[in-house]
Amino acid sequence: MEFVAQHPILVVSLVKIVVLLFVLMTALAYLSWFERKVIAHIQSRWGPYYVGAHGLLQPLADGVKFLFKEDLTLPAADKVLYILSPFLALSLAMTTLALIPFGPATVYIFGQPTQLVVANVDVGLLFLFAITSIGVYGVALAGWSSNSKYSLLGGLRSSAQMISYEVSLTLSVVGVLLLAGSFNFNEIIEHQQGYFQYLPFIPRWNVFPQIVGFMCYFISAIAETNRAPFDLPEGETELVGGFHTEYSSFKFAMFFMAEYGNMITVSCLATILFFGGWLSPLPDSWTWQQYLPGVGLLLSALYLAYDTVRNMRGIGRIQLAVVTLLAGGIGLLCLLPGVAPVILGPFWFLGKVFFVIFFYVWTRSTLPRMRYDQLMSFGWKLLLPVSLLNLVATALWIVVRHP
Amino acid sequence: MSIPFIMFFVFALVAVGAAIMLILAREPIHSALSLVLVMVALAALYLMLGAEFISAVQVIVYAGAVMVLFVFVIMLLNAGVEERTNFSHMAKYAGLPLAIFLLFGLAHWMAHSAIGATVANGAGAPSQAAVSTRELSTMLFQKYLFPFEATSILILIAILGALVLAKKGTE
Repeated sequence: MEFVAQHPILVVSLVKIVVLLFVLMTALAYLSWFERKVIAHIQSRWGPYYVGAHGLLQPLADGVKFLFKEDLTLPAADKVLYILSPFLALSLAMTTLALIPFGPATVYIFGQPTQLVVANVDVGLLFLFAITSIGVYGVALAGWSSNSKYSLLGGLRSSAQMISYEVSLTLSVVGVLLLAGSFNFNEIIEHQQGYFQYLPFIPRWNVFPQIVGFMCYFISAIAETNRAPFDLPEGETELVGGFHTEYSSFKFAMFFMAEYGNMITVSCLATILFFGGWLSPLPDSWTWQQYLPGVGLLLSALYLAYDTVRNMRGIGRIQLAVVTLLAGGIGLLCLLPGVAPVILGPFWFLGKVFFVIFFYVWTRSTLPRMRYDQLMSFGWKLLLPVSLLNLVATALWIVVRHP
Repeated sequence: MSIPFIMFFVFALVAVGAAIMLILAREPIHSALSLVLVMVALAALYLMLGAEFISAVQVIVYAGAVMVLFVFVIMLLNAGVEERTNFSHMAKYAGLPLAIFLLFGLAHWMAHSAIGATVANGAGAPSQAAVSTRELSTMLFQKYLFPFEATSILILIAILGALVLAKKGTE
């Protein structure tokens, strides 16, 4: 305890990092399950079904499979970079999450008051861009170091694509920065507090005045994270697997996790910048809303219990019963008077992030992959001018409003 | 030995070591990556001085944009492994002594002048003059507006020049 007293920031940060990492790893695993399920249902299939009830143990099975596959290292590869690049991709993808604030509440760890964010940096947004801009090396170097033509082409494509779309990504959020007047995530969120003057039921989220900026941001973000319809770096029909063609076993899994990690980061950023982060869309005077997370979880536990009894047989019934108990238990925990106000911020934040991620998955299952020249001309000839115009219009609006 | 002091030496050593790697590496892509490491280590040093904005911009612009272009071009041209050559006479008889002389001169100056002593004693300590992003932009767009705009025009001319030179051969 003496060490805790002497270095409060170090210990508290460490605790927060461990908790975040645990939550993130689980989220990454179940995001793949979620994506496969949603895409399957959109395409009238069942998706993962046999491993666990509703395929709930599929991520575990996948992880075990990745761990036990043969870990190939190519004789012709550049050894150091070949091994370094998946680590680079994954660690950078996870580092960005440290900057994301999950709620306004102050919690106590070992008696130390602290916020629900690992690092509240003054120039948070810039730091996030700095980390993601390094992220391109993971993909590009994986392509180069594999010493294979498919990988090289994938790496080349991805670096060209990321350079092109990073410009419009950065420009599209400048409008939000101008409105908030700060790079700090908490200040950007707090600026979106309240309701519009003439439409008192619509919250003052940036997505309404910055709808053009949001569209530019979201399209460029999909391209930045190499997701469909911009997933040319790994276009299976042309490049086998793109930059990760020559990767097997857990190194491949790391790229996989990095992709999902980037997806989560980008969705969190969209939530913070355009959807008011952890702010509630309901008025603050409605204090009963702090019981929403708990009641919601209890209701879903009720439905799960019904599903367990009605549809499940054998081992699936036990598995789903465990999930039901988990949901119910966490729901009851959320109703405790000490927990309810703390959990409200993360509840709204994660709820919004969930919707953005759902949109991501929806896009992937709906749109076909673009051609490479379409990708380039779309980025440079449409997205960039539109986000520039949005920037100029926002700046003019601010000057006219507040001379 | 405070933690910032140790961190300063860690990042300084990384920066210098990567700079030496940049010259010694035979594979062009290793050189480019060493340069990225230099940029990131410098950004960390800026951060320790309390200049958060400069630090982030250093990474975004140099490590994230400029060096990605370098790596892209090296990958695109598939540049081969460099061949080692012996020292040229110029480097051997004039360059090496000059480099050693400069190194010792700088070290001597650091050890004995007043400015050098303050710099050396303050290694790793956050600067008192650290400015916020708002102050920085106010200075940039009010006090130093003319040099700022002149630089941007200069860069524009450089881009145009590069385009003209690149177009020349293909007509």
